[in-house]
Amino acid sequence: MDNYSLDDIFIRDFDRKTQEIAVETEDLRVFYGDNEAIHGVSLPFERYKITSLIGASGSGKSTFLRSINRMNDNIDGTRVTGKIMYRDVDINSDNVDIYEMRKHIGMVFQRPNPFAKSIYDNITFAPKRFGEHDKQKLDEMVETSLKQAALWDQVKDDLHQSGLSLSGGQAQRLCIARAIAMQPDILLLDEPASALDPISTSTVEETLMTLKDQYTIIIVTHNMQQAARISDYTAFFYSGKALEYDETRKIFTRPKIKATEDYVSGHFG
Amino acid sequence: MDPIREAMLKRSRSAKLERRGRLISLFCIGLIVVIVAGIFYFVASKGLATFFSDGVNLWDFLTHSVWSPGVKDAHGSPQVGALPMIVGSFGVTFLSAIIATPFAVGAAVFMTEISPKVGRKILQPVIELLVGIPSVVYGFIGLSVVVPFIRSIFGGTGFGILAGTFVLFVMILPTVTSMAVDALRAVPSHYRSASLALGATRWQTTWRVVLRAATPGILTGIVFGMARAFGEALAVQMVIGNAALLPNNLVSPASTLTSVLTSGIGNTVMGSLENNALWSLALLLLLMSLFFNIMIRWIGKKGELK
Ligand SMILES: Nc1ncnc2c1ncn2[C@@H]1O[C@H](COP(=O)(O)OP(=O)(O)O)[C@@H](O)[C@H]1O
Ligand SMILES: [Mg+2]
Repeated sequence: MDNYSLDDIFIRDFDRKTQEIAVETEDLRVFYGDNEAIHGVSLPFERYKITSLIGASGSGKSTFLRSINRMNDNIDGTRVTGKIMYRDVDINSDNVDIYEMRKHIGMVFQRPNPFAKSIYDNITFAPKRFGEHDKQKLDEMVETSLKQAALWDQVKDDLHQSGLSLSGGQAQRLCIARAIAMQPDILLLDEPASALDPISTSTVEETLMTLKDQYTIIIVTHNMQQAARISDYTAFFYSGKALEYDETRKIFTRPKIKATEDYVSGHFG
Repeated sequence: MDPIREAMLKRSRSAKLERRGRLISLFCIGLIVVIVAGIFYFVASKGLATFFSDGVNLWDFLTHSVWSPGVKDAHGSPQVGALPMIVGSFGVTFLSAIIATPFAVGAAVFMTEISPKVGRKILQPVIELLVGIPSVVYGFIGLSVVVPFIRSIFGGTGFGILAGTFVLFVMILPTVTSMAVDALRAVPSHYRSASLALGATRWQTTWRVVLRAATPGILTGIVFGMARAFGEALAVQMVIGNAALLPNNLVSPASTLTSVLTSGIGNTVMGSLENNALWSLALLLLLMSLFFNIMIRWIGKKGELK
């Protein structure tokens, strides 16, 4: 595999008058101890769009994604510098309440990770933590989020069965329902379909497509067809930098950077 | 102003609770550290006084075999040879661990590999029950069953290292067994599948693959059992005979560090040499339990690397 220049970069411009930016990183750097895993990435993410992050293993996609809702805070010895602008606030600063922030920036992980609780309790976990105890409101939340996650019809007869009894694809959609129960602005997903079979994968993809009417979605994926199918924008990560960021169509048909071209045509990675 | 932005910039209740929780847990850990450090300081200062203020030679303490702190020898130095107790303690500890290990491993293999159902439903509760029996009960049974039995076979009083070993063997067996069971259960089932699919028998799989993978955990269990045996006072004291003499066989009255401590501590005056000498024994016990702890961590670390 070639070594590509890290200075050869194309990041698309957004017209900020017509395109609303939901969240934006500015010169984001992530250090694991002394090792710099993300080397100054500045990406704006447009509201109500799906943006894919693609790139080879170890290129820093997960690290970048996790720093957006500051999940990297939980890893000892990790330092994140730079800005993450959300609603005109730099949420990468100490005076931001990360628990409040995570209400609005939710996350779904690679392996479906429902709690060992009923479906109902899985979804009401966060609302209850934030003080919602009205049974009727909780019922509504459960129904709405399960419907949005396209799981309602399959589980509505027994909401009190264990979340662990669901199949992989259903469990992942439960996790999506759980993440959107708080009506977040932004949904971060780290390879949400890579542990699933093709049929479950396509149900999850359909779910995401319908969710983008109400949520801004940023998704890490290993699967380039998936990125091409569902996302509006795609960012290509290489060695801790975003080398190219453009409309998905352009990334897959007319990439401007050699590294991107080689990656999407399967020449490395 | 944007309400979400406002909420994010305010310290929420959960953030405040979190800070309070952190303070509380910091306080708890601080208290534990202070208590442990205090115990070490106290035992060490008393135990070292034997050597620094009463002028007892450390080497003599560890190697001489006459224990009568009240009496001075021909050279005028006090007779505090702890060798009989050291031999007694190590004797009962190692012997009971050596006897308990095969039984514990065998029982654990039965409970996990051969008959997991019976193991989980019947044997597990039995073993947990055995762990919870107070040591005085073990001692009492030892005194009324084991000691007379040994007396009838070997003659003499029946008290001694053999009786102590037997009581400790029964006491540590459940501890070692349940830790061995945990170690065996922690071996991933795909190890077993891999071996069985290569045509190995169940016995070969258990012996060559499962037990091999569980060795660090089993060793940890054995050392745990030894630590428990080394520190056990009451049950041993009831059956060992409590004679501070260097034992020359397993069936004559002997003593351990703990048995001398428990029988002597009430009969001495604080600050006297007799009292300080007992503290030196306590210090030795403390250092030994520290040693067992380090062993356990070391074995755990070794096991991790593989
Ligand atoms: N918790 C961690 N501690 C130290 N280094 C890490 C950690 N997580 C990831 N890394 C390193 O950061 C780099 C990027 O990893 P990651 O973000 O997981 O990449 P990707 O998701 O694109 O596969 C890798 O070199 C990886 O070794
Ligand atoms: Mg990753």
